Amino acid sequence: MPAAISVSDIRKSYGDLRAVDGVSFEVTPGEFFGILGPNGAGKTTTLEIIEGLRQADAGEATVLGMPAWPRNRALLPRIGVQLQASAFFERLTAREQLGTFTSLYGVPAGRVDEMLHVVGLTDKAGTRTEKLSGGQAQRLSIACALVHGPDVVFLDEPTGALDPQARRNLWDLLRGISAEGRTVVLTTHHMDEAEILCERVAIMDHGKILRIGPPAALIRALDFPTRITVESGPPAAEARAAMPGDEVTDDGLSLAIVTRDPARALGWLADRGALAGLQVRGGTLEDVFLQLTGREYRA
Amino acid sequence: MRARAFRSLSRAMFLGFVRDRGAMIFTILIPVIFLVLLGSIYKSSGTPQVTVVEVGKVSLLDRAAGQGRLSQILKITKSRSLSAAVNDVRQGDDDAVIQQRGDTLVVRYSIADQVTAGVVSTVFASIVQQANQQAAGRPAAFRLTSRQVEDKSLKPIQYLAPGLLGWAIASGATFGAAITLVSWRENKLLRRLRLAPASAASVFGARIAVSMLVALVQLAVFLALATTPYFGLKLTAYWWMAIPIVASGTMAFLAIGLLVGAVARTQQAATSIANLIILPMAFLGGAFVPLNFAPAWIQEVSYALPLRYLVLGMQDVMARGDGPAAALPAIGLLLGIAAALILISVRVFRWDQI
Repeated sequence: MPAAISVSDIRKSYGDLRAVDGVSFEVTPGEFFGILGPNGAGKTTTLEIIEGLRQADAGEATVLGMPAWPRNRALLPRIGVQLQASAFFERLTAREQLGTFTSLYGVPAGRVDEMLHVVGLTDKAGTRTEKLSGGQAQRLSIACALVHGPDVVFLDEPTGALDPQARRNLWDLLRGISAEGRTVVLTTHHMDEAEILCERVAIMDHGKILRIGPPAALIRALDFPTRITVESGPPAAEARAAMPGDEVTDDGLSLAIVTRDPARALGWLADRGALAGLQVRGGTLEDVFLQLTGREYRA
Repeated sequence: MRARAFRSLSRAMFLGFVRDRGAMIFTILIPVIFLVLLGSIYKSSGTPQVTVVEVGKVSLLDRAAGQGRLSQILKITKSRSLSAAVNDVRQGDDDAVIQQRGDTLVVRYSIADQVTAGVVSTVFASIVQQANQQAAGRPAAFRLTSRQVEDKSLKPIQYLAPGLLGWAIASGATFGAAITLVSWRENKLLRRLRLAPASAASVFGARIAVSMLVALVQLAVFLALATTPYFGLKLTAYWWMAIPIVASGTMAFLAIGLLVGAVARTQQAATSIANLIILPMAFLGGAFVPLNFAPAWIQEVSYALPLRYLVLGMQDVMARGDGPAAALPAIGLLLGIAAALILISVRVFRWDQI
């Protein structure tokens, strides 16, 4: 099957800054693909080149087999782009907003109510976009990106400033979009989100892709130690003696064991009946991300 | 599909405008308030009546007042106290005090207002002279008859209405285009539209259509108000030529707004730049100060300003009674300015903030 998106060795510089410095990857049809990276890593520029908003200095990006640049009026109806929750016509209601987009795409006006239902905004159809909550506005902007039934959907940090409930609500919506067989490309800062939603992720920094693959595979590849915590009780000194090489700490509240042999540690705790409050935490995508991109703060 | 995109974009922009209270106040209400205030202030600026206080009985004045035409010039009130009447003149509440002492008529007036003082002394000199002639019992050797010349000079409403309307249209079109462009760039709607299969022509065409509609509404509101008996604007035969003038003026100022919107990065910057262009132009281009009354240097500067052609073009066909052909140079100039500025804006236009 031909790739939904194919990017080969694209480069883009702004003056001395190499924003995108030789990026290549493919996204298969129906895949949920994530692009992760700290601010200034080059995710946005990469996405803009794929969307056809920017011309790459070198390399080629094709979407659905068509070159992304120059602006291609045949390709545009097949891609949907969600930019940010405020990219609306001022002072229109949710329904008018969607109605305007259906006419821009030449889609039957009946799609409006259908889309409002899909994103759960039927009750808010007559509300002006300025009056919607952050999560509602975000769902409306996704509805605007989907109104013409695109094959490929680009979502740029869709859960940016949402509260936990709104984020989870939006995840269900995004899973639904993916389940309909659409190809979804997502950029996000939230590693938990990428780990839960994306089938494959690319981690970018300094204009290059550092790792690409399914989140679970990336996590395993870095072989992180497992962190086990239980309620304080078993003496830390005994634990250290029993498990040489493991890092054992007790802060008076919890006993924590960081180990590469979780079976030995769990067995030792189980033998003492000390599993109360047990938490086992392996590596996460966030660990992978921080290990690859560094922990220092970048503004 | 293109027609549908154009229609729905126009509708979206129009609803956005109508629901924006600030824009409605700015483009319709404030110009109307200016027209009402300035129209009312300048309406009563004919030759004022001279108010005269008659102290005691003045038989000469009573006889002259009986003859009719004097009452158009003089407004006579009576008073018993000379000192109170003189004090009123001193305060400027009345213009003159008149008193008769036997055969002598005494007029007391202030020369603070020289025009009024001149009227007072001339009127009473002629009353005394006529009385003397009648007393002598001889017919007058010379007779004066007067005939009025048709008044071709403009009444205030005839320059106020086109002037203020020109300013309203200029600021409506400029701000409308500039703010739309900048706010759509700021909230990324412009980028979003670029990712839709809509053409740039339908986006800009919609903006033009909405601005035209707004300008025609401004024209209708102004004409409806100015032609009421209170303001008394009499439209001349070819007033409808104002419609193409308004349309081409809107294009010119829309083009200025597009240029401002293409250059400015934020809405505040766009507002400031547009104000810097429109406000001085309103004073120099004949909107607030009629060019006939303006100093020579303003008249010369005004040739470089599109507002001049919009205001004078409307004035010629609406109030001066010029024919349709008189409007053509103004229309041509305005469209030329529009074309030149649109060409420049297209060159400096940016879809994105970078």
